[in-house]
Amino acid sequence: MEASKVIHAIYTDDDILMSAVKKVKAERHHIEEIYTPFPVHGLDKAMGLAPTRIAITSFMYGLVGLTVAIVMMNYIMIDDWPQNIGGKPSFSYLENMPAFVPIMFELTVFFAAHLMVITFYLRSKMWPFKKAENPDPRTTDDHFLMEVAVHGNEKDLTDLLKKTGAVEINLIDKAH
Amino acid sequence: MYTFSNKLKTFSIILMVLGLLGVGYGFMTSHKSFEEVEHLLATEEAHHGGGHAEEAAHSEPSQDAHAAHDDHGQELHAEGNAHQEHVEHVQHQIANRPWAAIYVAAFFFMMIALGVLAFYAIQIASQAGWSPVLFRVMEAITAYLLPGALIVLVIAVASGTIGHYNLFIWMDPDVVAHDKLIQGKAGWLNLTGFVIRALIFIGGWSFYRYISRKYSIAQDTAEDNSNFKKAFRWSAGFLVFFIYTESMMSWDWIMSVDPHWFSTLFGWYVFASMFVSGITVIALMSIYLKSRGYLEFVNENHLHDVAKFMFAMSIFWTYLWFSQFMLIWYSNIPEEVTYFVSRFNDYKLPFLGMVVLNFVFPILMLMNADYKRIPWFVVLTGLVILLGHYIDIFNMIMPATVGDRWFIGIPEISSILLFAGLFIFVVFTALTKAPLLVKRYPFKKESEEFHY
Repeated sequence: MEASKVIHAIYTDDDILMSAVKKVKAERHHIEEIYTPFPVHGLDKAMGLAPTRIAITSFMYGLVGLTVAIVMMNYIMIDDWPQNIGGKPSFSYLENMPAFVPIMFELTVFFAAHLMVITFYLRSKMWPFKKAENPDPRTTDDHFLMEVAVHGNEKDLTDLLKKTGAVEINLIDKAH
Repeated sequence: MYTFSNKLKTFSIILMVLGLLGVGYGFMTSHKSFEEVEHLLATEEAHHGGGHAEEAAHSEPSQDAHAAHDDHGQELHAEGNAHQEHVEHVQHQIANRPWAAIYVAAFFFMMIALGVLAFYAIQIASQAGWSPVLFRVMEAITAYLLPGALIVLVIAVASGTIGHYNLFIWMDPDVVAHDKLIQGKAGWLNLTGFVIRALIFIGGWSFYRYISRKYSIAQDTAEDNSNFKKAFRWSAGFLVFFIYTESMMSWDWIMSVDPHWFSTLFGWYVFASMFVSGITVIALMSIYLKSRGYLEFVNENHLHDVAKFMFAMSIFWTYLWFSQFMLIWYSNIPEEVTYFVSRFNDYKLPFLGMVVLNFVFPILMLMNADYKRIPWFVVLTGLVILLGHYIDIFNMIMPATVGDRWFIGIPEISSILLFAGLFIFVVFTALTKAPLLVKRYPFKKESEEFHY
């Protein structure tokens, strides 16, 4: 459930941001989102985000690529038209396998890499001509922004965020 | 400070004694007379039915060629000759077995120490921030290098002087006299040159080991970082020396068992094998010492890094193995391909099995980041990797020495026990000589707080 009102707390230092995240989490407030200009090491752990599963998808895509390579070359080189090309044994896949390994390897890597990247784009909703969802352009340069949901506890939250070292606190009404 | 537990000491001594007995047994039973071998072959033939005659002819292409040369009229005579040659050939292979078994095991444990020495030099030269807590473990493992390498050299030379040219046929003047190819290589492949080169290699490695250990100990009580700087320079220099000498060592000590064959990436291939075995032993030693409570400053992050190296270097080894195999298989030039033909015909299980042990198993076991942090998982994979690389060396030496007469029996296992015992004894003795954590090493703090 997305709150209709959120507070944007802006920080200018990643260390202060980290300690702020810990305090806000300790007070059991829900952090909607954090915008940073660069990866802040350990931020995901502090926010309690679940670990990514993208490596697992990549492994499975790699297996798909390997299968594609094997099935393709087995069909073309062994089943469909087993020619004698320079004396290579085209009687069975195994007998000629060393010649196929470079392609098996490359297709495994190709599938694992590209499908993982596409998965990443899909999951993080990124594509060309997408409207940027940046609440404050300064967060791409040198400011850090924490978006906290407000459930009628505006005063408490503002005080808490002030104490954590926020340089700027804005109440935003998200309802359109 | 580490104390060598009496249990482990006794264990290593038991290994050595058992190993020695088995090696002795291997040598005692490997001398068969001509009649005994003839009898053995006859019974084997009876067992296999008619199949063996074909096989024997198959494994002796040179003999066939010889027989074909003096054909017509002399056929009967040639056949008698062929039989005698075949029996003598098998007799020689049987006599080679204990030599080859002890040589493979000696080389295997030597290369672990050498691989660790290279790894250690790389850690210092690259100023790695994660590994200094493991330096003392690495230094202890490299203590085996000097005795281990000398033993390999002694076995190699003894096989050509005491023994009957049981490992390197190019040491046999009789063979060289009839072999144009070896004559052409005699400028490199001669006993004097072999010994001189080996002494230069061993001397260089041991000198680096001595000097880096000295600076490492001196740095513990030093006022400044001058020892660290010296060790850094020596390490960088050693790595240059190492990659040349390691390559030449692999031609001398391994590739020359097949003096008709050559491969350009062989040095790298042997290097990959020693590097991954060395790193694996670092992991196993650290896990063992940590479980005994000696390395409380080593945490799962260090283990994770070592396991990553095991994983990556296993793949590197496979890459080189496959590159060497595939290039030769693809072009199929007779003078090169016999190397793999003999391995494929007579060594199918070890030759293909080691790819499973050294590649498929580690890649599946160590791919997951969480598994790399679980000690028993790394130990299990490490033992498989070590077994795989023993078989790798086995596959390099055995086909040229014992041919299809190979088996992993008493001589092979005893040789492993003998050198495993010696290795444990030397390494753990060296471990007691210095504190297990470097002091005042510039990256020590970073290493202690390393986390991934």
